[in-house]
Amino acid sequence: MKVMEGLLYSEDHEWVKVEGKVATIGISDFAQHQLGDIVFVELPEVADEIAKGEVFGVIESVKAASDSYLPVGGKVVEVNSALEDEPELINQDAYENWIVKIEMEDEGDLSGLMSPEAYEEFCSKEE
Amino acid sequence: MSELKRTALYESHVKWGGKIIDFAGWELPVQYEGLVPEHHAVRNQAGLFDVSHMGEVSVKGAQATEFVQYLVTNDVKAMADEQVIYAQMCYEDGGIVDDLLVYKFDVDEYFLVINASNVDKDYAWMQLVAEDFEVTLVNQSPDFSELALQGPKAQEILQLLTETDLETVKFFFLKRDVVIDGVKALISRTGYTGEDGFEIYVAHEGAPKLWESILKAGEPFGIKPAGLGARDTLRFEAALPLYGQEIDKDISPLEAGLGFFVKLDNDDFVGRAALLKQKEEGLKRRLVGFEMSGKGIPRHDYRVLKDGRDIGFVTTGYKAPTLDRTVGFALVEAGYSSLGTTFDIEIRGKASAAEVVKKRFYQKQYKK
Repeated sequence: MKVMEGLLYSEDHEWVKVEGKVATIGISDFAQHQLGDIVFVELPEVADEIAKGEVFGVIESVKAASDSYLPVGGKVVEVNSALEDEPELINQDAYENWIVKIEMEDEGDLSGLMSPEAYEEFCSKEE
Repeated sequence: MSELKRTALYESHVKWGGKIIDFAGWELPVQYEGLVPEHHAVRNQAGLFDVSHMGEVSVKGAQATEFVQYLVTNDVKAMADEQVIYAQMCYEDGGIVDDLLVYKFDVDEYFLVINASNVDKDYAWMQLVAEDFEVTLVNQSPDFSELALQGPKAQEILQLLTETDLETVKFFFLKRDVVIDGVKALISRTGYTGEDGFEIYVAHEGAPKLWESILKAGEPFGIKPAGLGARDTLRFEAALPLYGQEIDKDISPLEAGLGFFVKLDNDDFVGRAALLKQKEEGLKRRLVGFEMSGKGIPRHDYRVLKDGRDIGFVTTGYKAPTLDRTVGFALVEAGYSSLGTTFDIEIRGKASAAEVVKKRFYQKQYKK
């Protein structure tokens, strides 16, 4: 399992990269491995306002559909529409292939996220 | 709370990297390396499944044939010794108790293989039906481990481990007392994948040894241990029904498109009168295959809509690994069942377009 430096992580296995007020969000390598072959990604619409903890997308493996929960609340400013045609990109590189970019409403949301070290330990307990 | 059961192969699954889940009260692997590679291994080489959770009931007695004939929809009287047939057990109203394989040892002895999730219900039902017959039923479900070796290389692999000439075991026939690497087994050329292969019943103590020896013998052929995930995608592509999805107590075998296994113009059986009536009056619902043209993956229980009106539900759907198409089965009002009919699948509140296509998504590769 790969954990990237320089990112923050949620207990729902999303990663967050912060650049100013914009948070780029994807799922972790641990999550893509747990899901297995990803066959469909449902993305939100640009300009959707989504609160922290709400479902922002759905990732489907062959076996099942899993909701993805937004780790930080705000407005969707960009979606990675390449995933609509090639959802398997997430399996190939979960950190390169982000899902959404959010303009954060409250940067305080970041305080509940984990460092790479803390996330690595969190995953080791889940396995 | 009832405790989860483990098969005799539990340790083997852990050793081979199985991801264990709760399935019908059993701790079983949903996958090892991954659903998709396991699926492809079965289609192209071979896969080995632990299906020890399946139930088995032995039927013996002077009226064994009459009893099984009355219990199931298919024609048991027409069976040869050592033949196997697929059938359903119905309630009086034509709903399905379970689907099963009927193994005929001889005119006085049968072996019925039933679904894990239905064992208690089925056995109680069989005992009830058996009251009017001179037969002895024994629930042997706790006594057997069952392995399914499936795929185009299954015979070659198994032949390396037994002196029995497997050519002599024809499609849907069985052989008893086959010795496989020193382990005595009942085998049949049957399966749930759409490929050639064998189902192998052994006493528990022989199961772990057999598991290892089959995987070792199959290694040069590219065999993989395969989990319940691939078992479901494989059976789905081959249009083999699953109890609780395509068939259920509220779904008749005629509605499910299984009329081939229902012999209405033959001896009486439980549910025959209701099914005859259903046939005469015309079916109100039919199981159809469909392909998505819109986005999303159809899943079990999603609604089927026509111009916004609810006309049925999805029984199973997948992005099918062999076909690379997103397809499904749905039970819909009969008026929407002809090929080319379009309707929508409601996926998370949104309608997504689909079209009725042939149910046989994958042409079965049986060795007949």
